[in-house]
Amino acid sequence: MTLLTVTGLHVRSAEGRDLVSDVSFTLGAGERLGLIGESGSGKSMTALAIMGLAPPGMTVSGGVVFDAPGLGRTDVVTAGERRLTSLRGRATSTVFQEPLTALDPLMRVGRQVAEPLRRRRGLRGRALHAAVRAALEEVRLADPDRIARAYPHEISGGQRQRVAIAMALACDPALLIADEPTTALDVTVQAEVLTLLDGLVEERGMALLFISHDLAVVSRIAERVIVLKNGVAVESGSVGEVVNAPRHPYTRELVGSARRLDGALEWRTS
Amino acid sequence: MSAGRRRVSRRVPRSATLIAGCVLAGLVLAVAVVSFFWLPYAPDDTTGGRLMPPGLPHLLGTDKLGRDLLTQLMIGARVALEAGAGAVLIGGLVGLAGGLAAGFATRWLDDTLSALLDILIAFPTVLLAMLVTAAREASLGSAIIAIGLAMSAIVARLTRVLVKRVLAQDFITASRTSGTSWPRVVVEHVLPNIWPTLSVNLALQFGLAVLAEASLSYLGLGAPPPNASWGRMLQEAQASVFIAPAGVIAPGVLLVVLVVGVNLIADGVRDVADPTRRRTR
Repeated sequence: MTLLTVTGLHVRSAEGRDLVSDVSFTLGAGERLGLIGESGSGKSMTALAIMGLAPPGMTVSGGVVFDAPGLGRTDVVTAGERRLTSLRGRATSTVFQEPLTALDPLMRVGRQVAEPLRRRRGLRGRALHAAVRAALEEVRLADPDRIARAYPHEISGGQRQRVAIAMALACDPALLIADEPTTALDVTVQAEVLTLLDGLVEERGMALLFISHDLAVVSRIAERVIVLKNGVAVESGSVGEVVNAPRHPYTRELVGSARRLDGALEWRTS
Repeated sequence: MSAGRRRVSRRVPRSATLIAGCVLAGLVLAVAVVSFFWLPYAPDDTTGGRLMPPGLPHLLGTDKLGRDLLTQLMIGARVALEAGAGAVLIGGLVGLAGGLAAGFATRWLDDTLSALLDILIAFPTVLLAMLVTAAREASLGSAIIAIGLAMSAIVARLTRVLVKRVLAQDFITASRTSGTSWPRVVVEHVLPNIWPTLSVNLALQFGLAVLAEASLSYLGLGAPPPNASWGRMLQEAQASVFIAPAGVIAPGVLLVVLVVGVNLIADGVRDVADPTRRRTR
């Protein structure tokens, strides 16, 4: 079953620059798609446009159709704000790159996680408290009660990203968009968070759109990849195809530099 | 958790400036409260003899009409606090609404509002007060409206900038991606995040409003007699400052005490209102 159909997506800035040009892909329930590109390649803009959250002044055209179970068919590009608000969180939710800025600095962590639970599942009081605890435990946070009482600046970067993941999962989205979720983290923490995401997506049968500039990371978690350069999808295919037989020069460059890094590491450690 | 915010924070820090400010402003507040229940003399009692020096039975002496200075001073405290609170209420609400509107507005509307605010800020408060007085009458209410309107422009401009800064943050987008509607975003994220800065500014504005009311009264644009205002007391005592200095010193000192107190509170509030600052203290 197709969850998301993107056809000929264009995003144009207020100055008339094309940020995303003619990007098309489909995403089935439980599928994992990686979106690779350097910064400025339009990958984050693609994600925002999919949620109908392109910044004011941007012109979005093309088709972005969600067909999430129980939510009906919605074309995000033409849908009204009310419809989109009810769709967000349940059809799709997002984990961002920098967890410190993605959490409200003045709100205790527990309250931030509670907010979507309260709104979407209508939980109150004790039930809500228990749900927050469960949500924090699900992302493998030790001592969830302490974390819930803390402000974002009082916990570590890895813990913050786990909280952000808990928030994104709170509404049980059909599609999780992860926008460079491990880039701001230490390498060891990166691996942990990646494993966690991998497991959670697996358990819940969620679809995943994983955005990164790091081919090695994407190839670990995604099944298919799309390579973006200057807003244009230059190559797409299964991870195996793209990594083993890159066709576009830019993809070759990406694969090549990833291999060189690997080679250098092996030479160092052998 | 929803219960968590209602609960008093476990670590509300004790701020020395906040305590000092509360003591000073509290002193004036206490005087104002007492004035409602007890006054040494009736406000229009002129039997004390003119320009009596401090002593008994008139603790601070009398003014040029023979009225008891302490009585006038106590009523003046009431007027000063009313002016500050009224102006902050008007300026805060109007300014917050205008600032939020500008912060959320499209480019075109935002530019229009900003230009309007710039004009309003450049407009002299005294002139504004004269216009309001001409339209209504010379009263404390007119003075409060004029000061509040002048203040609202400053508050609106600050609010606009703060709102724009908060809206640009990732956590607003993050909250929107989980399906929070705009009104909820304002209540849950925007207002709490602009409040630490805004509350400090409002406290400072309170002090400025007290001074503005004193200036307007000094110019005869404030509360008419017999409602004593510190500003008018200063003006009336000015001619006799060398014969009866108490008439100038007393309201002057109280004015300073109140404004310094309020400013110290503003400083203290900044430390308490923002949890991210608590750690570094």
